[in-house]
Parts: sequence; structure tokens; C-alpha cells
Amino acid sequence: MAVPKRRKSKSKRDMRRSQWKLSSVNVITCPNCMEPMLPHHICPGCGYYKGRQIIEKEEE
Amino acid sequence: MKHRKAGRKYSRTREHRIAMFRNLLMNLIKYSRIRTTDAKAKGLKRIADKVVSLARTNNLANIRKVSYFVNDKDLIKKLFSEIGPKFANRSGGYTRIYKVGLRRGDSAPVSIIEFAYEEEKKTQKKQAKKAAGKVKKDVRKSEKTVQPDKVTDEEKKENV
Ligand SMILES: [Zn+2]
Repeated sequence: MAVPKRRKSKSKRDMRRSQWKLSSVNVITCPNCMEPMLPHHICPGCGYYKGRQIIEKEEE
Repeated sequence: MKHRKAGRKYSRTREHRIAMFRNLLMNLIKYSRIRTTDAKAKGLKRIADKVVSLARTNNLANIRKVSYFVNDKDLIKKLFSEIGPKFANRSGGYTRIYKVGLRRGDSAPVSIIEFAYEEEKKTQKKQAKKAAGKVKKDVRKSEKTVQPDKVTDEEKKENV
């Protein structure tokens, strides 16, 4: 059976792992209330999406 | 390969999956807006759109076809007498999905699925906007850069 001949060096191992990254979340500001929100989502601050009230939010 | 393999399995057996969608669909008909995970909403949309398009023409054959998914006489009545007629002028796209965000606990993406009526309100709003836009167009252009701050200040005052 085919088997590795040499142990991979620390450098090679770390070079491989250098590609393990998290991508950042794209956060936008709500055009209605200026709160931060996710694109293509209902705004968690005011409940608006595409200029329409989708969820009713109680304001303090 | 994922060629020609539409749909999801939801980690369930066939029977379990069908039962789940029956429950979701009946709840959607009952409340006309429900909150589930993104994946379930997308699967439900496929079924709900088919059921609604059957509900647009009221005959015995369609009632029997629909009753495979809607196992409740009152809900079938509601489908054919209320929901179907409302979509008489619409050809497809009877449901609408809004993404809400991530659920606390398992971080599952949650969305809201609802029947896509409210056509009248939309057109009314659009007309109102058009009318308002014609008048305010010149004012908006000059205020464009200042507007965001103004809105937040006003809203803050209202909140307090
Ligand atoms: Zn907002």
C-alpha cells in the first residue's frame, strides 16, 4: 500500500494551515434606522425589509 | 454529483419528512405566516405554491389532490374559499420568504414564510411614493447628504 515516505516539516504543515481562515460577516447599516444588520435580512432593530414593516417591534 | 437532485432530506425518513411538511403547510394555511428555519421554509415553499395553484380552481379532483398534504376539512375549505381566490390574478409565487437571522441556541438561520397577498397595499404605497417623489425631488437632492443624521436625531427624540 502506498504510504508517505517522509514526515511533513513544520513549515509545510503550517503553510497548509495558513489557509484555514474565517471570513468576516458582511454587516450593513439599515437604510431605515441606521442600526447594523445583515444584508438580505429583516432589520433586527426596526423590523423593516425593502422599505416595508415586516415585523412589529415595540419601542421603549 | 448534485446534478438533477433537487430538494433536501432534512435528516429524516421519507415518512417523517412528509409528515413534517404536512404540519408546516397546515400551520401556514392556519396562520398565513409562520417562522421556521431557512431550509424548511424553502422546502415548504415548493409544496405550498403547488397546493395554492391547485386551490385556485375549485373542483373535486383538486380537493383530493390537496388533501394529501392538508388533512383538515376546515383548512381545505379556507384554502379553496379564501386563499385560492385571492391569488386568482397571480401566476406563481404565492409565498414569500423573509430571512430573520440566526436562532439562539443552535445558530440556525431562521426565516418567516407567508402568503404573498397585500397587492393592493403595495400599489397604493407605490402611487403615494410617486406622488410624493414628484414634489419632493428637488428638495431631496439638496438634502441628500444631511438627511441620515436628521432622521436618527428625530428618531432618538421620539424614542426618549
Ligand atoms: Zn432598521
